[in-house]
Amino acid sequence: MDQLSVYLLVGVVLFGLGVFAIMTRRNAVAVLMGVELVLNAANVNFIAFARFNGLAISGHIFALFVIVLAAAEAAVALAIIINLYHNFHSINVEEASSLKR
Amino acid sequence: MTDLAFWIMVALTLGSALVVVLNKNLIYSAVALLFTLIGIAGLYIFLWADFLAGVQVAIYIGGILVLILFGIMLTHKIISVDISHTSIQRTVGTFLALLLIAFLAWVVVRTPWLTSPAIEPQGTVTAIGRSLMTDYLLPFEVASVLLLGALIGAAMLSRRDS
Repeated sequence: MDQLSVYLLVGVVLFGLGVFAIMTRRNAVAVLMGVELVLNAANVNFIAFARFNGLAISGHIFALFVIVLAAAEAAVALAIIINLYHNFHSINVEEASSLKR
Repeated sequence: MTDLAFWIMVALTLGSALVVVLNKNLIYSAVALLFTLIGIAGLYIFLWADFLAGVQVAIYIGGILVLILFGIMLTHKIISVDISHTSIQRTVGTFLALLLIAFLAWVVVRTPWLTSPAIEPQGTVTAIGRSLMTDYLLPFEVASVLLLGALIGAAMLSRRDS
């Protein structure tokens, strides 16, 4: 457990699962969950590299900013999804081919 | 003992991430995402990132996950059983995702990563606070402006008729 590659592999699997969700899910909220998985995978990598490079605090700062961006992104994405639902009465990403009705 | 705790965290993270991705019921996916995020917070603790683990729980679980649950509830009629959703192109998607994971894992295993030893800190809060107020002051301020923009934008977008 005190090895960098173990954490990197966890990040790799999380990233792959997130990409899989983004590629295959139809529901926009599920796609958003995939994006969150991808961001978390990136964060695990940031913190793992920080820990195994003499505890570089910049890695933590970067991860902090990623979390802030993820929060902003989730809020805006959900606002768009709710708007989509009002316009199309569905949040199937396949049906949403235009932003206006 | 620590090893066991670590592997439990890894199993929790990856197992529930699999449920997030594969479960048909969206609510179950959201609850599984909760456990994934808790597992990642645990991994942060193993990586000596105590402050980040707290932030992960507070913002991801307390904020983003609740937001996602709101999104699910608001975009489905609660009475209808149709909170399920299907996937498209599952075979191709599985193939591509496995290919991606295998390639990245190959890169991770084959690369000789440069590491340098570190002593376990008493806590990272002081160091993070100091860097945020000195070296990273501008990104910090930009992030707060961005959050304000996202707040106003989200409120404007989700209004019924603007």
